[in-house]
Amino acid sequence: MTGQKTHAGRPNKLFRNLNAKIASIPMILTAVVIFLGGTVWTITYSFTNSKLLPRLKFVGLDQYDRLWDAPRWVISIQNLAIYGILMLIFSLVIGFVLAALMDQKIRFENTFRTIYLYPFALSFIVTGLVWQWVLNPEYGIQSVIRAAGWTSFDFDPLYTADIVIYGILIAALWQGTGLVMCLLLAGLRGIDEDIWKASRIDGIPMWKTYLFIVIPMMRPVFITTLVIIASGIVRVYDLVVAQTSGGPGIASEVPAKYVYDYMFQAQNLGQGFAASTMMLLTVAIIIVPWAYLEFGGRKRA
Amino acid sequence: MLYGTLIFAALYYLLPLYVMVMTSLKGMPEIRLGNIFAPPMEITFEPWVKAWSQACTGLNCDGLSRGFWNSVRITVPSTLISILIASVNGYALANWKFKGADIFFTILIVGAFIPYQVMIYPIVIVLREMGIYGTLTGLILVHSIFGMPILTLLFRNYFTSLPEELFKAARIDGAGFWQIYFRIMLPMSLPIFVVAMILQITGIWNDFLFGVVFTRPEYYPMTVQLNNIVNSVQGVKEYNVNMAATLLTGAVPLIVYFVSGRLFVRGIAAGAVKG
Repeated sequence: MTGQKTHAGRPNKLFRNLNAKIASIPMILTAVVIFLGGTVWTITYSFTNSKLLPRLKFVGLDQYDRLWDAPRWVISIQNLAIYGILMLIFSLVIGFVLAALMDQKIRFENTFRTIYLYPFALSFIVTGLVWQWVLNPEYGIQSVIRAAGWTSFDFDPLYTADIVIYGILIAALWQGTGLVMCLLLAGLRGIDEDIWKASRIDGIPMWKTYLFIVIPMMRPVFITTLVIIASGIVRVYDLVVAQTSGGPGIASEVPAKYVYDYMFQAQNLGQGFAASTMMLLTVAIIIVPWAYLEFGGRKRA
Repeated sequence: MLYGTLIFAALYYLLPLYVMVMTSLKGMPEIRLGNIFAPPMEITFEPWVKAWSQACTGLNCDGLSRGFWNSVRITVPSTLISILIASVNGYALANWKFKGADIFFTILIVGAFIPYQVMIYPIVIVLREMGIYGTLTGLILVHSIFGMPILTLLFRNYFTSLPEELFKAARIDGAGFWQIYFRIMLPMSLPIFVVAMILQITGIWNDFLFGVVFTRPEYYPMTVQLNNIVNSVQGVKEYNVNMAATLLTGAVPLIVYFVSGRLFVRGIAAGAVKG
């Protein structure tokens, strides 16, 4: 009965803008099946004792207990925390200083920008391998400085458990600061010239103008940049694989690598799912509110 | 002072590239003797030849050339498919908004920030069910899916910035969804297509995680193969070959970057700064 009614009267609502709906099928499928479905699936199975194959035998929070008892996971989290905090601070500071320098109407701006940004075009695997080579204690920086006469000079971060994460940080900064510089430079260029003129007339020193006027005005750009850096930090994987393979020992393990190793090598799926759910939680707490403010909340005219 | 700092910073960014090139042109005896910053006394291209056609990964000893062609076979279709789909998605979102479209779009954008690790295993299962797990087709599909959020956002924003009168006039003339897309939107959108292409080519070429998870060794992309060559435990480490291999793998995105220079910069800034 109801079906007849819709056929008789105006066309069914479902078929309005039919072409647009058909065209959006890939997007809808991706959003629902992969992003939403995949996430829910992984969270669900993180409460099971899946080993080699996923199976629905629920064990409550067992996997999470085991996860937080595993030294390797705890080290992964510590590493991510150190790496993450330093990466955020240094890439923002270095990126901003470079952007501010580039904004001084310098000559050869294009050349400098090209030089600072080219590492960003390279993959993390390439970046990791290059820095593995530069930081190689037998051939790299350490040996060069020792050969120059300073024989007690020690600099082999990739082979020393306590500082290996800083070795990875050096490579990550090399790869990523160019992008930060680029984004912040775009932000600086968006600041009205008159502000500089006004602060010059008032005799405000340049660093004060930056710190108290320009940087607050660039808030949206900083937020975008933060989100981009932060989502990269949580995912860091390739770089560690290429540079240290998690070593020496387990000193440079990171969560993303823990997840991969448990899912595809140790055949302990439940652990992998629990670990990846923890990653998701981190991101949800830190990134999603920002991302929502940035992209979701604002409607464009 | 200003230029001093800039040049000093530039040296830091250039140093690894310099070291790579120098090392790749040296013979092994010279590497063992000298330091990595010294230019080669005798230039040899043998490491490059070896990296391209003889270096071993696992059982295969046909060098990086195999990975290179795999990467080409992955990158070209993935780039084309993801751009095609995302441009139509973006167009539908910008001009033909239907009820509920925003919800899917929001899921998509938020999904872009979810760590890939969370979704990897379900995708393995889906691909296995479809019978394409471990194949190039499977990997191409994965790249097309994960390219969708940022590209759709990029296209949607671009299409909303085009003058609405054009679209309205075309509708009054009776043009439909696809007609407007092909006759009006496409011809006006060359810049954004170029930007999307740069983002996708470099992104897909540089991918490691998806390559290692979703393909079998014979289909490994270049990045995975490179890592296996350099980090293999067995045998003497041939640093010159390793560096030549690293340069070869980085060559494609570097060429894209150098050739498209400004567009690359604009693409990054547009894809990120504009919400």
